[in-house]
Amino acid sequence: MTTLLSMQHVSKSFLGVSVLHDVSLDLEAGEIHALVGENGAGKSTLMKVAAGEHIPDAGTIHLDGTAHRFTHPSQAQAAGVGIIHQEFALLGHRTVAENVFLGREPTRRGLVDRRAMEERTAQLLAELGETAITPRMYVRDLSVARMQTVEIVKALASDVRVLVMDEPTAPLAEHEAGLLHDLVRRLAGRGLGILYISHRLREVFDLSRRITVLKDGRHVTTLLTEQTDTNAVVRAMVGRELSAYYPQRARPEEIGDVRLAVRGGGNGRLSGIDIELRAGEITGIGGLQGSGRTSLARALFGDAPFTEGTMTVANHTLRPTSPRQAIRAGIALVTEDRKAEGLALRQSVRDNALLVTRAIPARGRRSAAGSIGQLLERVRLHARSGDQQVQFLSGGNQQKVVIAKWLAARPRVLLFDEPTRGVDVGAKAAVHTLVRELAREGLAVLIISSELPELIGMSDRILVMADGRIVGELPAGAGEEDIMRLATASADREAVA
Amino acid sequence: MTGTTVAPSAVLKPDAVRRSRLADPAVGIWLAAAAVIVLGWIVVALAGGQLLTRTNITIILSNSVALGLVAVGQSLVILTGSLDLSVAYLISLGTLVAAETMASGSVLTAVVAVLAMSAAAGLANGLIVTGLKVNAFIATLGTAFILRGWIEDNYTGPAGKVSASFQHLGYDRIGPIPVSIFLLAAVAAVLWFITRRTRLGHHMYATGGDEHAARLSGVRTRRTVVIAHVLCSLCVGAAALFLAARLGSGAPWAGTEARYDLDSIAAVVLGGTALAGGRGGVLGTLGGVLLLAVLDSVFNQLSIDPFFKNVVRGVVIIAAVALYARRGSRRTA
Repeated sequence: MTTLLSMQHVSKSFLGVSVLHDVSLDLEAGEIHALVGENGAGKSTLMKVAAGEHIPDAGTIHLDGTAHRFTHPSQAQAAGVGIIHQEFALLGHRTVAENVFLGREPTRRGLVDRRAMEERTAQLLAELGETAITPRMYVRDLSVARMQTVEIVKALASDVRVLVMDEPTAPLAEHEAGLLHDLVRRLAGRGLGILYISHRLREVFDLSRRITVLKDGRHVTTLLTEQTDTNAVVRAMVGRELSAYYPQRARPEEIGDVRLAVRGGGNGRLSGIDIELRAGEITGIGGLQGSGRTSLARALFGDAPFTEGTMTVANHTLRPTSPRQAIRAGIALVTEDRKAEGLALRQSVRDNALLVTRAIPARGRRSAAGSIGQLLERVRLHARSGDQQVQFLSGGNQQKVVIAKWLAARPRVLLFDEPTRGVDVGAKAAVHTLVRELAREGLAVLIISSELPELIGMSDRILVMADGRIVGELPAGAGEEDIMRLATASADREAVA
Repeated sequence: MTGTTVAPSAVLKPDAVRRSRLADPAVGIWLAAAAVIVLGWIVVALAGGQLLTRTNITIILSNSVALGLVAVGQSLVILTGSLDLSVAYLISLGTLVAAETMASGSVLTAVVAVLAMSAAAGLANGLIVTGLKVNAFIATLGTAFILRGWIEDNYTGPAGKVSASFQHLGYDRIGPIPVSIFLLAAVAAVLWFITRRTRLGHHMYATGGDEHAARLSGVRTRRTVVIAHVLCSLCVGAAALFLAARLGSGAPWAGTEARYDLDSIAAVVLGGTALAGGRGGVLGTLGGVLLLAVLDSVFNQLSIDPFFKNVVRGVVIIAAVALYARRGSRRTA
């Protein structure tokens, strides 16, 4: 194998804070090279240096033995380095073809050659075996998984030889992730070098030839995947053995009264929803992307309310038609998109934690501002101070701020949509422990998760959804296969019909 | 993969729903303008008048030229995610420069001088927005103040004299069609071409749609914004030349009296261009300009008082944007 990309002794600091310190990494043609590390380890920064988005303070970048110094993403692109970000760089109001060729539109006599653009896009889509996307579709109409395919096509259209993927499976459901893995392998088979950032160690071991571990902006080790194991990688990432155990489940006597119940709930996306959430119990919701899991959470929270059926909260009949009503009734929702929906990123930890209580001051509750310090301790937040802007916190600590925000409102029912998305391995365990503690204190908890180990590890029982219905219930400790069987069964039926 | 049956077509059906062409604001606004013409014609006829006389058509069209030129330029800037509030004062200054140059020199020198000054103003706006990273609203408000200061300090009333030959641009017509409408048509055609058929145009939509995404895709976003500002100001220069030809001299109030700054933004938004950028286009803006001009003409015919006239304009603009917003949200609901 030949070395395609070589980054040597790269350092980078922002405003005096060193983010990368003397990191070296190389990538061979046809290799999938995984990059792992906790949040804030410097993975994304290193990749942005490779892609020309950050200019390194020191160090060299060689592509095919030629030294490069990128000052703009377009230079890296021209040299053959493409990057797929966690947040897609796509324009919703433009077509697939326009997005694929953005910044490199083919021209004929000085004018944009739309036909060539669309033909080439169609050809690339066909090569990837993607038949559901056509070049003239608007990107805003595509699912997340398909948007990602468009991103990949976009990179391929510029003849990249190095493809950087920053947590590509994070927004995907399990079966979509599987399709993406196949695609990544095929790309590597064509001779592309792929740098693959992921928090999911299982896929890292499935895919990669080598694994590089970063910690605190430094290179820890680079291992051949077949000569190492999960424990060794986790040890390198966190500097300690991480217990793979989830907190103990609820004992039967810990499970109390029904706090929230729905009978025959339905709306545009959901139908025939029967669900009971009990104090002290964690109810898990499994299902594929688009099965209605998030719609269920939003219906319970009054954001996209039920239009039929009855709902009772603490034995009072109430069908919330706005989040405000739901919050008043003691329901809280930790959304899957923390940055867009959970936090005001530029505001301080304190302001964020007080967001709900300031919006909805409850009678008989003393000023929450005084107790907020206790709450932040309660969720074990690691921040410099309450005045720090939340945008500078790691994903795990941001999530703790969101949880603190809800605890300040003293909820009875806590809904979590993907509780640990974008949270690093070390902080995940802390979030899991916290969630279990909250249940133990008598909250009714609902968890939606695309990560099956998490769903199984955390839940006292699991409801599986498909096509906007609850299609089955599984007891604690059910197997991954059981969940997937229920989740996909109806989809198969649909395809046959 | 032989042996597997072909999946039913329902599965392969694209998840994009084909939207009717009527849902496209650029089409919708022209239909709305046509509806206003028909309605206006009926209302005026009921009041005993006639809306579509030769003279009236001429008035509607020539009234559209100045606002049209400014508004198509403004469309470009707004598409790119910026804004230009300095257009009104730039017009005033443009008419003064045109008239004063013509008083002592040739028409050609005057045209070149006005366009050069406009381009420079646009360049300044663009560089302040991109280089100094000043929000476009504030940046162009600032340049507007500077231009205003200059004008008020140096002029107290009309100045200069426009050559008789140049005044043909303001008053000549072929049948009921004023020749100046061809100037607008030509400028609009060029801008339409730029936005729809060139890479620059694609990059304008991209920059306005999501500047970060555009930059990450290799688009030189700053340069795109600067060029949009320069093109906009050139359009404003053209509007100034037209108004100078109309007025016969330069006037410090040429741009401000007709409120070309806010009216141009109104026409752009009415034409379906998103104020946040990334969506819309020149054709919709022209429809917006026509609608406003017809509305004006109807009100003048009915001699309705100016207060009511402005109320209706306000209601029309708010209703249009509310309609676009509804359409936008239905998609995601």
